[in-house]
Amino acid sequence: MADRPVLSLVNLRKAYGALVVTDDVSLDIPAGEFHAVIGPNGAGKTTLIHQISGLAPSDSGQILLDGQDVTRLSMPQRVSRGLVRSFQITSILPGFSALENVALAVQARSGSSFRFFGDAAKEEALNHPARAALAEVGLEARMHMRASLLSHGEKRQLELAIALAAQPRVMLLDEPLAGTGHEESEALIALMKRLKGRATILLVEHDMEAVFALADRVSVLVYGRVIASGPPQAVRENAEVRAAYLGEEELA
Amino acid sequence: MSAPAHSAAPPAPSMPTRRPVWAREALAVALFLALALIPFAAALGAESYLLSLCTRVVIFGIAALSLDLILGYGALVSFGHAAFLGMGAYAVGILSSHGIKDASLQLPAALAASALFALVTGALSLRAKGVYFIMITLAFGQMAFFLAVSLAAYGGDDGMTLSGRSRLFGFEWIKGDRAFYYVSLGFLVVCYALCRSLVASRFGRVIRGARENPVRMEAVGFPLFRYQLAIYVVAGAMCGLAGFLLANQAEFVSPAYMTWQRSGELIVMVVLGGLGSLHGAIIGAAAFLLLEEWLSGFTEHWKLIFGPFLVLVVLFARGGILGALDRVPGFRRWRGGHG
Repeated sequence: MADRPVLSLVNLRKAYGALVVTDDVSLDIPAGEFHAVIGPNGAGKTTLIHQISGLAPSDSGQILLDGQDVTRLSMPQRVSRGLVRSFQITSILPGFSALENVALAVQARSGSSFRFFGDAAKEEALNHPARAALAEVGLEARMHMRASLLSHGEKRQLELAIALAAQPRVMLLDEPLAGTGHEESEALIALMKRLKGRATILLVEHDMEAVFALADRVSVLVYGRVIASGPPQAVRENAEVRAAYLGEEELA
Repeated sequence: MSAPAHSAAPPAPSMPTRRPVWAREALAVALFLALALIPFAAALGAESYLLSLCTRVVIFGIAALSLDLILGYGALVSFGHAAFLGMGAYAVGILSSHGIKDASLQLPAALAASALFALVTGALSLRAKGVYFIMITLAFGQMAFFLAVSLAAYGGDDGMTLSGRSRLFGFEWIKGDRAFYYVSLGFLVVCYALCRSLVASRFGRVIRGARENPVRMEAVGFPLFRYQLAIYVVAGAMCGLAGFLLANQAEFVSPAYMTWQRSGELIVMVVLGGLGSLHGAIIGAAAFLLLEEWLSGFTEHWKLIFGPFLVLVVLFARGGILGALDRVPGFRRWRGGHG
């Protein structure tokens, strides 16, 4: 079933009172695709990620992972099926070391955590994959540092390491470049390039340069609606998109 | 990938070197040694007075330890923890009034009753967060209190006097105050060791992670409710053990064991000693009871002095007594740096 989409959104909807933030969104993302969602501020991009990841419930519609309905599953249940997210506002365990932050993601998928004896911090079976994930994002040298002491860019890298360590089949990345400086974002873009093809990726991002450099396909979200979806070049040239959104931006 | 290969060779390169248990637990060992020597010191003076005071310190040490598990490590502010003390105590009182005086039955009953109460009330209150959690645990605590008051057959408001301490397979194992003290201390040491193992384990790491950032924990795949419920039940049962001992010490059981003020005192003990360190809970229980005893020797309005003292500790010694001690050069390294 190679052409069946890994992640499908079917008529997804969510409203906060009278404000419709996700308006009849349907999207099919095939295996291995790097799919970017762009849109102006307040378009409902983060809400969409919240809905797909299970952090926020949907009013109606369906979310299918490998054809199976996960709409009613909790976030941890979705994670155990390989649907893993990162956060726009850095979400890490500030008092834990970088290594333990990542080791916990390994622990979540490695047998029962109802183990009351034995020092978890010294479990090599958890630390080894955690170190590999840290090395992958280039944070190896910082692994014993408290996560709260890392720089902002390093925290963003750490979030990606945590997501990687969860061995996702589908990764939802919510503005991983938010608040990073130029060099930091270069490094993160290079990292995401390496992730391409390893997992199916749904990226929400503001940085156009990054989106057009990385994405196989781009969807444009405006007021909760997908107004265009297609290869980057086609989306870039779409008149409606230009009017609604890209017109404000510097276009190459 | 060459990077992970060389990092994997020496396991955990810059981790602090592992010291033997007695060195890592220097503070706990010192604490328990001091407590073990109390009866000898007591023999020189007012033995029964000092021994009974220190027995209370040990018993409340267990109760505070259990609260530290959920409050200090889980950031779950339970304001009804004294209910578990009452569950344990009433298990002893009710069974003994029916002629069942053996600890081999009383102790499992005390643990089971408090664990069950924790399971039911925890399953409901853990659905709430923050202030609502505090309020719901308080409500359940009050419910247990008024239930005890209404038990006319078991003394109601006045409580009931036990006909003697529990036996163990017919043997009067804790009849003497000294024997009782050492048995209580033994339980404290076992509880401490259990808690220490628990907080470092996989399970404990999930609990500690949830304290730091629950959303992050759910996002890596931990359904937190079941872990938090489990630690709530463990803490409830451990506090039930303290209740079992308390009933035996006083040879008396009353609803006063589970007032909301008592729940507040338990929180004060944990905060006073230092949250989330385990030793802190024991130190806090000792400091609270000794200060209470000492200050009430001066004036019956001792709370007028104790209150401002507590405010000062919270304001100026973040991390409680243990936190203050940690600022003494070398102390933290010596005590092992837990928590």
